[in-house]
Amino acid sequence: MKEKIIEKILMLLAFSAIGALLLMAVFIFKEGMPIIFKVGLKNFLFSTHWAPTKGYFGIFSMIVSSLFVTTGALIIGVPLALACAITLAEFAPQRLMVILKPTIELLAGIPSVVYGFLGVVLLVPLIRDYLGGPGLSLLACSIILAIMILPTITSISIDAIQAVPYSYKEGSLALGATHWQTIRMVILKAARSGIITAIMLGMARAIGETMAVIMVAGNALKIPSSPLSPVRTLTSNIALEMGYAAGDHRAALFATGIVLFIFIMIFNVTANIITKRWRRE
Amino acid sequence: MIFLRLYLIFFFLIALLGCRPSNKEGVVITIAGSTSIQPFAEKLAEIYMEHHRGVIINVQGGGSTAGIRSVRGEAADIGTCSRELMEEEKDLKRIVIAWDGIAIIVHPKNNIHNLNLTHLRDIFAGKIRYWSELGWVHKRIHFVTREEGSGTRNAFEEMVMHDVPISDEALVEDSNGSVREIVAHDPHAIGYISYGIVDKRVKALSIDGVEPNLGTIKEKRYELTRPFLFVTEEEPHGLARDFIDFILSSEGQGILEREGLVGIR
Repeated sequence: MKEKIIEKILMLLAFSAIGALLLMAVFIFKEGMPIIFKVGLKNFLFSTHWAPTKGYFGIFSMIVSSLFVTTGALIIGVPLALACAITLAEFAPQRLMVILKPTIELLAGIPSVVYGFLGVVLLVPLIRDYLGGPGLSLLACSIILAIMILPTITSISIDAIQAVPYSYKEGSLALGATHWQTIRMVILKAARSGIITAIMLGMARAIGETMAVIMVAGNALKIPSSPLSPVRTLTSNIALEMGYAAGDHRAALFATGIVLFIFIMIFNVTANIITKRWRRE
Repeated sequence: MIFLRLYLIFFFLIALLGCRPSNKEGVVITIAGSTSIQPFAEKLAEIYMEHHRGVIINVQGGGSTAGIRSVRGEAADIGTCSRELMEEEKDLKRIVIAWDGIAIIVHPKNNIHNLNLTHLRDIFAGKIRYWSELGWVHKRIHFVTREEGSGTRNAFEEMVMHDVPISDEALVEDSNGSVREIVAHDPHAIGYISYGIVDKRVKALSIDGVEPNLGTIKEKRYELTRPFLFVTEEEPHGLARDFIDFILSSEGQGILEREGLVGIR
């Protein structure tokens, strides 16, 4: 009897989490869809003119900026994270690994506003003084995000590498391959679905990050013409303007949220498909 | 198991908190209008409500024009307006509660001290792109604006830009503080903030030869000055009168001045 009750309670709690997600999705769509229909989907997605208090709702430049910033973060972050993961899993002595892995995971726990603050105080002046432009830029944003996604990608990749059966490595070494050849051709191949998942999760984190981005991106509406141009991402658009937004403006911010929601869904579904396909092979 | 029990207890406590009796039996007045005045009105209302238990003052935004509309439609007892009244609005009762100057700020190293409104407009419209065009170094001007919907941006657009849109190359920040932060660190930046929060790390420019200070703002000689108005349909009475008297008292004015406005005393 008691068993049954507890089972029911746990079930209820589990469903309340899913319910919250569902409610959120319904709410965002309910608030945001009317404005998309009003200005037209094509206009909303592909116009670069955003002046919500004057009746222009085009988020194309923010979509582009979000993609640029995320790509930039991956270009800088992925090689670092993979190098880190390979070193820790394959080359570093066990004792070092015990210290380093928790340290990297600790990076993930630092609040994003701290990263943003460091970016504004250290990184932005460096870029302004040595590379030019206002410093608040696509580049600053990508570097900060690369550091933020480092722990996610590294620790999941380490787990993926360590999950490769030891016999694979032994077999490869026995055939005369060097340690590096073994890593490159056997271990990384066997661990690739895990590594892709790690990268996808890092990507989702990068595109969804808001606070640090607002602080270092400069938030200009123009499509960036160089890595030194300021950018405004989808997330920072919402956080930046929600303070005073009312009526259609507020609805347009919810609509921006819908676009973001769909982006992240696409990422997650793609990650799932890739992982499943490779696991089958 | 014990955790689950604690969790449930905690949950019910929170639910119970939501059920406490509401204290709606008091007197209610509604204030609606300018989003620039909203934070100040909220602050004043909060302190007024601490003095007078049972009184409820509702403060809403919506914009100056919406504020006047809601006074006319009697949806609000007091409308707030952060610009002068237009001709057709002149029949309403108007009370100036404070003055706000918009300061144009640059880095202290900048050797420009004075701008006229046309130059200022051209900078923010993206037509003047280099400081050399104004007689300083050949460097790009980094101009910082506020986010869409902000009252300060609205006032800047009305007083400086008129119908020219602010260029989409502008850096956008969501508070007076962060605009000041950028200008304080970037030698080639320019931005606009409320006069009250200008400090030593930035330099406020003169506009058409008039330097912004308490005197020039109060006398309206400084061009970028706007009044903060409370507007009522008829002569305010009862609670509304009392609240306005509180704002005009030295306590109320002191609060506004501490928040960065120029008082009417």
